[in-house]
Amino acid sequence: MTASSARQINLVGGIITLLTLIIAVLWAFPIYWGIVSSLKPENEVVRPYIELWPETLTFEHYIFALTETQIGRWYINSIATAVGATILTISTSMLVGYALSQLRFPLRRPLYWLILASFMVPTQTLIINHFVLVANMGLLNTWAGIILPQLINPVVIIVYKQFFDQVPRDFREAAVMDNAGEFRILFKVYMPMNWGVTTALAIVTFIWSWNSFLWPFLAVTKTEMMTITVGITQVSDAFGVYYASQLAAAVLAGLPVALAYLLFQRRVTQAITLSAGIKG
Amino acid sequence: MLRNTRRETLVALVLIAPFLAIYGLTFVYPTVAMVNLSFTDAPLIGPGQWVGFDNYTRLAGERRFDTAFWNTAYFVALSVIPGTFVAMVIALGVSRLTGRMQALVLALFFLPYILPVSVVYRLWDWTLNFQFGIAMYVFDIWGIERVPIFKTTTWFMPAVAFVTIWWTCGFSILLFLAGLRAIPAEIYEAASLDNTGRWTMFRRITWPLLWPVTALVTTIQLILQLKIFDQVYLFSTGGRPNDNLVLVYYIFQRAFVNNQGGRAAAIAVVLFLIVVIVSVLNFQLMRLAERRK
Repeated sequence: MTASSARQINLVGGIITLLTLIIAVLWAFPIYWGIVSSLKPENEVVRPYIELWPETLTFEHYIFALTETQIGRWYINSIATAVGATILTISTSMLVGYALSQLRFPLRRPLYWLILASFMVPTQTLIINHFVLVANMGLLNTWAGIILPQLINPVVIIVYKQFFDQVPRDFREAAVMDNAGEFRILFKVYMPMNWGVTTALAIVTFIWSWNSFLWPFLAVTKTEMMTITVGITQVSDAFGVYYASQLAAAVLAGLPVALAYLLFQRRVTQAITLSAGIKG
Repeated sequence: MLRNTRRETLVALVLIAPFLAIYGLTFVYPTVAMVNLSFTDAPLIGPGQWVGFDNYTRLAGERRFDTAFWNTAYFVALSVIPGTFVAMVIALGVSRLTGRMQALVLALFFLPYILPVSVVYRLWDWTLNFQFGIAMYVFDIWGIERVPIFKTTTWFMPAVAFVTIWWTCGFSILLFLAGLRAIPAEIYEAASLDNTGRWTMFRRITWPLLWPVTALVTTIQLILQLKIFDQVYLFSTGGRPNDNLVLVYYIFQRAFVNNQGGRAAAIAVVLFLIVVIVSVLNFQLMRLAERRK
């Protein structure tokens, strides 16, 4: 390779890197723009030119959203349903994953097929019958009703099964020698070895649940029972056509999941690649 | 070591009991009930008369079903392959970076994927706002005439597809990056000894070795976008929902607006079958590809 062609290749590489950086900044710009707009007074927001920083920084829209609307109530609903869905999903999936991975029992193969089948079924098509079911159980407008259909999450089971499969057999045999029961083996041997993946799965299950829209939107008709994801789009009179207030509410709705991602970046990306069937 | 089969079965049953109860209630039962419902003229809640295949035959000549079906297909075409392509290009760029720089840039691309759809809707509704949206100032500067994007049928689907790609691309980028990391560096080193150009390297090494990930990303996107509803619904508010119908939206309209549970269930079964067929085909193709290895 001659010196000049090597320099040329480095130049092309540099341009590609520079382009990547520019696109990355542009990509995140709408998020930045939303946040900045929510910090401007309403009359500055609608100025017909681009101001990348507010002339007068104000938190009035956040104070308005938090005190004058039901956003606090929606926050509680979102936290309660997302935490509930996460705990139930993780605990039931962990047990099934363990049974599939470590135990031999007659229903094992049909059970596995049921789980694989539920991967393929689009839950969006089940909304009618989910609604009928939850209505008949008297659970519309309740946290339990919002949570229930969100518990179909086969990915978590499969990931647990794969991780339990990888635990060396010696651990299990040693524990069985000590006369430990299955529950003891699961909680004293298998779970402590897999806290990492449990944290990862719990965080993304929380994020998925917080972000779910269609079902919470159908299951709730009372304003005070809405989750924040649904609430900020449904109660427009609370914010009027005040763009800055709407954006402040949106920032508040996105903040918990954005923070969860930024704090646990590696865990989140690990769980998401695992959920697509790629070993992270 | 002897296994106590009966004890093991019993323990297994205890372990899977909560799961079976939940799946029976929220998955198996609703699926059977949906198929059943689609053969009746029942309202959303309450009993109905058996009408055979009537609900299905009616779909054939229906204008709204036609719109919903073709809009879904149009949306899939606009989002799946372009989205995969954009994600691959970005992943190639990001993979050149290292360490903290890569983590930062990846976070910028990935952050939208973490946000709830309603936040995405607010951000883009603001950015593309006809009167005050920052995108419209850019239009003005370039001398393009402003358009009320989400109020015109021509612009609606492309714009929603664009927002969807922006929103979900981070996920595909992540998968492509995992795929790129799995390609051994020695192959590139060997190729650069042979004085191979950048483009040839991509075409002869990266592209073929990345093919399984590309197939995976495309099918995940395809199955996901067939089920589109949230964005279309949100961006349609105040616009023209009947022109922007997609299949899930139509199920929602029939069931929850027109109170026709039976007719809605028939649409649901059609979409259900489409998604299951695509999934099974994909599953078989993956198995075939695996065997060829």
